Amino acid sequence: MSTPTSTSSLKLDWAFAGCGLAWALLLTYIIHNFGFDWYTSIADGLVSTFLLAAACWLINNNLRYYQPGKGSYINLLIWCVSLAALVMAGSRWLLPFFNSNVAFTDFLSRSLIIRFFTNFLAIGWMAMISLVWYATLDHKENEKRKLEAERLARDAELYNLRQQLQPHFLFNSLNSINALIGFRPDEARKMIHQLSDFLRGTLRKDDQQLVTLTEELNHLQLYLDIEKVRFGHRLNTEISCDNQCGKALLPALLLQPIVENAIKFGLYDTTDTVTISIRGEMEDNYLTIMVQNPYDAKTTRPRTGTGFGLRGVQRRLSLLFARNDLVETHGNDDIFTTIIKVPQV
Amino acid sequence: MSKRVLIIDDEPLARMVVREYLLDFPDLEVMAECGDGFEGIKAVNQYKPDLIFLDVQMPKINGFEMLELLDPQPAVIFATAFDEYAIKAFEAHAVDYLLKPFSKDRLHKAVEKYLGQNPIETKKHTEQLLESPALSPSQHDRIVVKTGTKVKIIPVADVLYLEADDDYVSIHTAEGSFLKNKTMGFFEQTLDPRQFVRVHRSYIVSIPEITRIDPYEKDAHLAILRSGAKVPVSKSGYTKLKQVLGI
Repeated sequence: MSTPTSTSSLKLDWAFAGCGLAWALLLTYIIHNFGFDWYTSIADGLVSTFLLAAACWLINNNLRYYQPGKGSYINLLIWCVSLAALVMAGSRWLLPFFNSNVAFTDFLSRSLIIRFFTNFLAIGWMAMISLVWYATLDHKENEKRKLEAERLARDAELYNLRQQLQPHFLFNSLNSINALIGFRPDEARKMIHQLSDFLRGTLRKDDQQLVTLTEELNHLQLYLDIEKVRFGHRLNTEISCDNQCGKALLPALLLQPIVENAIKFGLYDTTDTVTISIRGEMEDNYLTIMVQNPYDAKTTRPRTGTGFGLRGVQRRLSLLFARNDLVETHGNDDIFTTIIKVPQV
Repeated sequence: MSKRVLIIDDEPLARMVVREYLLDFPDLEVMAECGDGFEGIKAVNQYKPDLIFLDVQMPKINGFEMLELLDPQPAVIFATAFDEYAIKAFEAHAVDYLLKPFSKDRLHKAVEKYLGQNPIETKKHTEQLLESPALSPSQHDRIVVKTGTKVKIIPVADVLYLEADDDYVSIHTAEGSFLKNKTMGFFEQTLDPRQFVRVHRSYIVSIPEITRIDPYEKDAHLAILRSGAKVPVSKSGYTKLKQVLGI
């Protein structure tokens, strides 16, 4: 991370040196044009430029470590004025050592005011460039840090969401297998295979990965089959999805928590037979998936954004598509409906 | 002497395991299997079992809520897959429980423990267990009561106020009042303290229901509810009420 910063500041140093040299040459040329010999002109050019460069370096360094707030620009102006005056005073004091001729000292005194203003302009310019330069640098750095932080937070969050493997489901499935082993060992074996396939599918998928609806539904089928063994004839499922939406893409394992939710509320909210329906449709450029389960409106409060499962789905979709309106829930006539929209890119 | 047993679990295979394991105890006679709490209550009334195997997570009402509605309560061995709140409570009150999937040996131990226990002691443990406030999250948003032979589920949001009534608590709702064999202390700890305040030794009131608080005698107040009901507020109750309302 430090490499781009140091190369860009090296570039700035070279530009600074180049400007200084040009400034010195120009000054020397101007002084010479006033009729002084090359020795005096070069001395003036070098001394004045060196002093000015020192002042510029000072202000640049100052701004590198300290960015003035909105209110303290007046301080910066005072700094520029003082430095300009200091550079002028330096020239006035140093240059007579090179040429103590009356013509030159006279010229020096008369040119002090113009020297002050050019110094001020140069230093002010330097201050401005430094200000913009370091502000941009800071901004870039912040932006990068922010992006990095966001990425980390997102990864962690997706990881956590994934880790919400239902312990209830796992232990109860093992308990069912335990029961089957005694009397129906073939079914026990089959359930072990279904459970393993399901768990493997859960672990293998990458969060960012998009899968087709058909793949997602195949994975869900494993889960539903296991639940059917657990709950016997109480649980029915209806899945409908045509060829077109079967090919539509959605984030892997997106539907899992929604169906889990539907089964949980369906099975624990009534004592009757429960039908969970999952319907996929293509609408414009969206894959729309509707999951329905029965519930008891009299005893269950309307659950808007119910529980961790749905919130997790909402969060995932908003991280991936930067939109908050992709999950919708409503309940009427004792049927709870969850609608998910997945934009197709 | 042979003991009568019920198995109450919503998963058929889970009931099957218990039944299979119990074949080793000829003295334990499985009278029936039940798939939910309502069936469970009926079967308990019908068969008067000595021991029940009870799942915690069940449709409509959970195992604890079912047990609360039984009178008298039989001895219980709980079975659950994963329930951190409940397990803490089981341990705290020395009530036996099985974690699914469990082995035959583990069930044998539980049954032997039950057979060797003093029934009065067992009953006391179960009663204490049911008084612990954090058995399951669902108890924070509903109260299950029995009216006659029917079971009624009252969403906590429908409760106007609670009133102590001898050994019971009377739950007042717009539909009428219902008795529940719990203590005021239990409800004070279980209900959301931002919504329910114990304003008096014998009263817990739902804050959104209060329309007005009038002075009444020395140091005491009366809370007037939207339904028109008047609930006494003691001096310390008034302090609590002011705290919750932020006045």
